[in-house]
Amino acid sequence: MFKANIYVTLKEGVLDPQGSAVRKSLHVLNYQAVNEVRIGKFIEVWLNAADADTARIELQEMSDKLLANPVIENYRVEMVEA
Amino acid sequence: MKFGVVVFPGSNCDADCYNVIKDVLGQEAEYIWHKETSVLGYDALILPGGFSYGDYLRTGAIARFSPVMPAVIDFANQGGLLIGICNGFQILLEAGLLPGAMLRNRSLKFICDGVNLKVKRNDTAFSKLLQPSEIIRVPIAHGEGNYFCDEATLAELQRENRILFTYCNANGDEDMAFNPNGSVANIAGIINKQGNVLGMMPHPERCSEQILGGTDGYKIFASMLESFQEVGRK
Repeated sequence: MFKANIYVTLKEGVLDPQGSAVRKSLHVLNYQAVNEVRIGKFIEVWLNAADADTARIELQEMSDKLLANPVIENYRVEMVEA
Repeated sequence: MKFGVVVFPGSNCDADCYNVIKDVLGQEAEYIWHKETSVLGYDALILPGGFSYGDYLRTGAIARFSPVMPAVIDFANQGGLLIGICNGFQILLEAGLLPGAMLRNRSLKFICDGVNLKVKRNDTAFSKLLQPSEIIRVPIAHGEGNYFCDEATLAELQRENRILFTYCNANGDEDMAFNPNGSVANIAGIINKQGNVLGMMPHPERCSEQILGGTDGYKIFASMLESFQEVGRK
């Protein structure tokens, strides 16, 4: 079995109202040094596959189809030993 | 004319749509459970509002892969009239039947309010009983209705006249100040290239009877009926 960490992040230029609300809140907590906050998703997937390459290809397919929306998001698949 | 109202787990405006079609428009209506794999026999489909699959992952992302969706996509590709309202619009975007994506409202608040919409054209199957530049009043109720698309897509939508409704004030000014959620170009509703698929965030089914405070929404469903009957007459 393999494990992957998938990081889904908003593309550059896509507004992140959530991130900007968190940034403002950090300023209220006196972390004035914070310039920007952007919030994404961290997805852990465990799967069976013949080898790591096959697993990676499948994970990329899954990300393209469902886990990320290519209109607004980028993703990165990181294989982790399982 | 027979309308199908697709019901996903978490849809909550399905009964409102059904009621408008059956009791106000006086046409046939049937619910289509999302596990169905055929939409044979329907003249129009409605993807209603709600929170399909609890909005998990992204709004509409999981509903888009419901068993019924390949049939819905085929139906649309063959020219069938398809309207997606609120969560239904989000599902159409995820399914790629319309371009773009939804972001959280600029204010991060769920907004439940009445808004003014400007009718950008009345030569579509969804707007032929409206007047060009008419201002209609339709309720919105969403947390993620902040329509986003890249500049090239926006230019294409504008060039092809595919923006059907925009947020505006009572005078029809489409200023950012009258934009409730931050949508690019104040977009409230768009159609596909062929003009048979409409996605809109506001809820026409909630303003189709006088007792609910307005009937502007009725004209959208009545337009669909009118254009269906026109095709029949030809």
